[in-house]
Amino acid sequence: MTVREIKELVDADLFQGEEYLDRDVLTACSSDMMSDVLAGKIKIQSLLLTGLCNPQVVRTAEMMDIICILLVRGKSPDESMIEMAENRGIVILSTKYSMFTASGILYGAGLNGGE
Amino acid sequence: MEDALVFTYEVDGDDFTRAGEASSDVKNKLKKMGVNPQAVRKVAIAMYEGEINMVIHANGGKITVWLTPECLKMELRDRGPGIENVEKAMEEGWSTAPDDIRSLGFGAGMGLPNMKKYSDKMEIETVLGTGTTITMEVNL
Repeated sequence: MTVREIKELVDADLFQGEEYLDRDVLTACSSDMMSDVLAGKIKIQSLLLTGLCNPQVVRTAEMMDIICILLVRGKSPDESMIEMAENRGIVILSTKYSMFTASGILYGAGLNGGE
Repeated sequence: MEDALVFTYEVDGDDFTRAGEASSDVKNKLKKMGVNPQAVRKVAIAMYEGEINMVIHANGGKITVWLTPECLKMELRDRGPGIENVEKAMEEGWSTAPDDIRSLGFGAGMGLPNMKKYSDKMEIETVLGTGTTITMEVNL
């Protein structure tokens, strides 16, 4: 599933990374706790769904080689987050859906947790 | 470690937004050097968790990294309060972090367990009231 398909499925706004919309996303994880994300199995080309909205989300994505962050409940990243993501080639999307619903929509469309 | 490349970083204890800059720099250096991606990720995650801990618990400190073709060794030294019960601190889910840290996405009690998981060797030296030094090695 591409980043573009994810964006369309959850009707998300794009905040950063238009040039990466055709990248393939292979797995996903949903969490507000970055330590839990870091504790998870290392995956490649993955998506992070989170309700947390601060620069450490981008750092965590960087350390885990996560290629796309999907903020839930309509949260908007601030300038520092967008700039960090831009420097690291990470996409930031934001959806109005809750974490549960956004995860369910994407899972139903074939994206899984890689477990 | 003879003939090792050495990098040092000061970790600012007051600025949570900057926590992770040292790990980010090391990750980029290793990537540019062509170190295998799995080892790069192990180093990045272990060091990042350590760096976050230094900011959350110890008001910053100093990180030294020694790099040879076979191994990356890092020392994270702080002058924080020390760890009262290292055995407890190594248990997943056990944390002394205040609630405001949890609202930032950390303090789940996974920091030290993650550092142990991603490093090939880890040692903790801690003295209450004086500080903590954690040494980790990752085989490359």
